[in-house]
Amino acid sequence: MRVPPARRRRALRKASLGVAGLAGFLTVWQLIPTLGLVNPQYLPYVTDVLARLAEQLVDLAFWRRLGSTMTSWAIGLTVATTAAVVLGTIVGLVPLLRRATHTTVEFLRPIPSVALIPLAVLMFGIQQRAALVIIVYASFWQVFVQVIYGVADVDVVARDTARSFGLPRRRQLSHLVLPTALPYLMTGLRLAAAVALILAITAEMVIGNPGLGRMIELSRSAGDATGLYALVVVTGLLGLVVNLVFRFIERRVLSWHQSVRGEEVW
Amino acid sequence: MTGYPGRVAFPPRRRRLGFRIAASLRHALGLPMLLLVAWGLVATRATSQFFPDPLAISQAFVDTWVGPAFVEDVLPSLYRLGLGVAASIVLGVAAGTVIGLAHWLRELLEPLLEFLRAIPPPVLIPVAMLLLGITDTMKVVVVVSGAVWPILLNTIEGVRATDSVMTETATSFRVTWWERLRFLVLPAASPRIMAGVRQALSVALILMVISEMFASSSGLGYRIAYFQRNYLIAEMWSGILLLGLVGVLLAVAFGLVERRVLRWYHGIREVNRA
Repeated sequence: MRVPPARRRRALRKASLGVAGLAGFLTVWQLIPTLGLVNPQYLPYVTDVLARLAEQLVDLAFWRRLGSTMTSWAIGLTVATTAAVVLGTIVGLVPLLRRATHTTVEFLRPIPSVALIPLAVLMFGIQQRAALVIIVYASFWQVFVQVIYGVADVDVVARDTARSFGLPRRRQLSHLVLPTALPYLMTGLRLAAAVALILAITAEMVIGNPGLGRMIELSRSAGDATGLYALVVVTGLLGLVVNLVFRFIERRVLSWHQSVRGEEVW
Repeated sequence: MTGYPGRVAFPPRRRRLGFRIAASLRHALGLPMLLLVAWGLVATRATSQFFPDPLAISQAFVDTWVGPAFVEDVLPSLYRLGLGVAASIVLGVAAGTVIGLAHWLRELLEPLLEFLRAIPPPVLIPVAMLLLGITDTMKVVVVVSGAVWPILLNTIEGVRATDSVMTETATSFRVTWWERLRFLVLPAASPRIMAGVRQALSVALILMVISEMFASSSGLGYRIAYFQRNYLIAEMWSGILLLGLVGVLLAVAFGLVERRVLRWYHGIREVNRA
């Protein structure tokens, strides 16, 4: 399929404007300490920060810390998603359970996960497991609520048809419930991935288990502003990558779904 | 009627009102009660000192939070939270409307906003501490720096998705810029804006707690961390409970406001569905 020239031109314009925006941001950042609006001790030059970033990228210790952050992230996300899918499917399919759990879920869900940090520290000490408690708690609800909605969203006519044709339970699950709930699940998973990353880093900052978050806290207390800003940029890039990867997975998994197919026509 | 052929519709059986209220109460409170009782049983049997029984926690709750602590710790926290959320809404809606209306501006800022939004907000606490010191302003700035994104991005999307027929009609009728904003763009974007505010509220609460755990000598987050460091387990649990209550109350209050602001929208949805 050939891309029409008008569309290509528009895409090019969009890309160059986007790059211009980023460049403008970096220029403003560079100008603020240069013009003396803020002391470079508190807001270092962007060139220094980028140089430090490049230094970090060839430092093995940095990658090890990044690795331990991402390990907590991956374990937490997997545990939370598995638990949420299983429990959400069961609760979503049984109306009695849905009614009975409603108030409990609505009370537990808004509890800010960081409120549990002290408890996790008491139970597990300064270890990865304490961080995992927080990560799992926060990302569980994102997926759980979406799965409940998704499973309950099965079209009534389709369900009655499946029943009339005597479709066995297992195939009802795979042919009816799964396709209906999948878009919801993917949305929940994308949100949970972002939340899990935020809490993995937060937990390291507050609890002090090894990882990027602790490094940030250490550079702050050491007064190393350049290192601090470089790490903030790293976490931003990390968040961006997680976002893009999960958006890509979502589009791939839901390529058959109206919401994605509709987009591609345009 | 959209009844299915072959299914005989019975009129719903009328039960007595009292019976129905009892049933819905049983559903609403049954499981929480069961869990509380189970917790109490486990807590009295188990030897772990980290799980005091519910009675001890509720006693600690009354002792800790009713009285001067409410004024010293809870109110300042809520004040900072409210200030941060209000600033996020004003900033997010204003900037979002401008960016959403100007095509080139949106394309200019999109990659930058994507990146800034992807920064985990708690990471900005050390940065804010560097720039602003340990002050109330810093905590409000931290709350805003996390809570503004969902509102901003949702506003941009909502403004962008304004019905084009209506926009063209407004242009044909030479509706002034201000009137167009007031009667067309903002109402059209309001469902998305409210969705953004809902997300922002929970982010703001989290950031309030963390910023206080980090750098504060008062506030809910500080108190909870203090109790944990001093092994005041029941008091710590009561703090967690209080935070949960704040979260629930915020969600309920927001639900009421949303229903009021978006009454017309839910009305249209209902008509469309019927």
